[in-house]
Amino acid sequence: MLIFPTLFILTLLVFLSLRFIPGDIIDVMMMEAIAGGGHRQLDRAEVEARLGLDVPVYMQYVNWMRGIFLHGTLGESLRLGWTVEDRIASRLPVTIELGVLAIVIGLLIALPVGIYSAIRQDTAVDYVGRTAAVIGMAMPNFWLAIMVMTYPSIWWGWSPPMEVVPFMEDPIENLWGFFIPSLILGTAMAAGTMRLTRTALLEVFRQDYIRTARSKGLRERVVITRHAIKNAFIPIVTLVGMQVPLIVTGAVIIENIFALPGVGQLFIVALNTRDYPVVQGVNLFLSAVVMFTILVTDLIYPLLDPRVRYS
Amino acid sequence: MEIVRQRRSKLLSLSSRLAKEKPLGTVCGIIILIMILVAIFASALAPFPYEEMHLIDRLQGPSGQYLLGTDHLGRDLLSRIIYGTRISLLVGLAVTTISVVISTLIGGSSGFLMGKFDMFLQRFCDAWESFPYLLILLTVMSIVGRGLVQIVLVMGIAGGLGGSRIIRSAVISIKENDYFVAAEAIGNTKWRAFVRHVVPNVMPYVIIGFSMSIGGVILGLASLSFLGYGLPPGLPDWGQLLAGEGRRFMEVGPHLALFPGLALTIVIYCLNMFGDAVRDLLDPRLRGGES
Repeated sequence: MLIFPTLFILTLLVFLSLRFIPGDIIDVMMMEAIAGGGHRQLDRAEVEARLGLDVPVYMQYVNWMRGIFLHGTLGESLRLGWTVEDRIASRLPVTIELGVLAIVIGLLIALPVGIYSAIRQDTAVDYVGRTAAVIGMAMPNFWLAIMVMTYPSIWWGWSPPMEVVPFMEDPIENLWGFFIPSLILGTAMAAGTMRLTRTALLEVFRQDYIRTARSKGLRERVVITRHAIKNAFIPIVTLVGMQVPLIVTGAVIIENIFALPGVGQLFIVALNTRDYPVVQGVNLFLSAVVMFTILVTDLIYPLLDPRVRYS
Repeated sequence: MEIVRQRRSKLLSLSSRLAKEKPLGTVCGIIILIMILVAIFASALAPFPYEEMHLIDRLQGPSGQYLLGTDHLGRDLLSRIIYGTRISLLVGLAVTTISVVISTLIGGSSGFLMGKFDMFLQRFCDAWESFPYLLILLTVMSIVGRGLVQIVLVMGIAGGLGGSRIIRSAVISIKENDYFVAAEAIGNTKWRAFVRHVVPNVMPYVIIGFSMSIGGVILGLASLSFLGYGLPPGLPDWGQLLAGEGRRFMEVGPHLALFPGLALTIVIYCLNMFGDAVRDLLDPRLRGGES
């Protein structure tokens, strides 16, 4: 992947995706600004100027880029007193915690089940594991989230915590607040990882070096842990890298449902209040993150797999 | 006539192999078939018109009269889910069709022409792949406004760009075959070689790939509607049923969220399993996680 041309096209894409705002949206924005009361009274020319719409389109892009590279700013939110990067930075820790926990939970579920499923191929356990994975992939995470919020509260009067306690204040309480959302996000990813773990291991089991390891009399446990799993992990690492876009998408939905103040919620709120500079900034930020993860995954791959490095 | 008969017998033998080798896939195929019938005959099957309000029977649980209960305006949930089937399938098919056309055009020309054109398009696709799907959809939908035509176009184009990679690599691998080299060597024009030799060989990938993506489209539509950027309120798709009434009244009427989500899960599960089964039968090389 050629990073600079791609990054350039990405900025263009993010920029252009918001350039077709029809004129009447500005009217809507002004009406909402007045109705919302949170904004200062704005007139049309000022709104256009704030959106940067008072100059030709190419200049808008140049100005945006100039802001990023010369002043290190992604622009100014329509809510007074905030820059886009401030807003993202203040929300980022929540999203990172959610994402990391989701990956960890996903792997904790997927790896044991996938490995066991491959070792005991075509047994009842294998079928149950695979069926659960396919059902997990089919279940929309927002539905799962709503079910988790609804039924336990009806049956036992219990509902998941909806408040984020700062980690420094109370780590346990903080992790508990993230547990249910991460679990929901994690199970969705676990399904794919589990399936891949299973196929990767089965693939490795067919290799000659496994037969060699077995025929020289190694115990089955050693064959599996030392020879098979190590090699099967290579595609799994790639998959985890590929799941970052899934986390981004999932965060938008899950943060919205569980009222977690992360970047995903910032995006939805900005979209709902038509705070387009923030939408544009978040879009660029998150797609750049995704792009770099894909790049890093591509770069790590040969480090993990000497067969790729030397061929 | 002969060709038609051959095709028919091919289809027959495929379905009998499906029934023999992939029982789960077959069951899922039958469920999908039932769903298509439900979608077509929605108006005959639904016990009530989907907008008919029974204000006395608001927010009732499942009962003999309302099999899946009613919402806050006393509208029959079963009828709304049945009409939702029609909308989900319609959007799924329309989006997939547009995606197929776009990705065949882009992937086909990119893989066939190569050179600078391909180089540029591939960088474009790299960038596109980095832009999370839901973010593009939400951003564009917030600008063009919610509506059936908008959503079909936006999702169709987004899916088409994403899927063009598969077509491109299929085209490139076909160009390396002897028969293609021979076709060019005997003096066929590029265009003719493309239409006669590349297109027919790529089509299986196209059809399989995209029929498998319908589940994803339905899920995407539901996610968009759930967040309020999908279809307008007059069209009750499953995501919207879940988001609107389902979420607002989840304490008093949990069935409002339960059943639409269940319908979504079953349909997506069946589409995935059926797609996997058919793909395994048609082309064992493409075997996925279920091998």
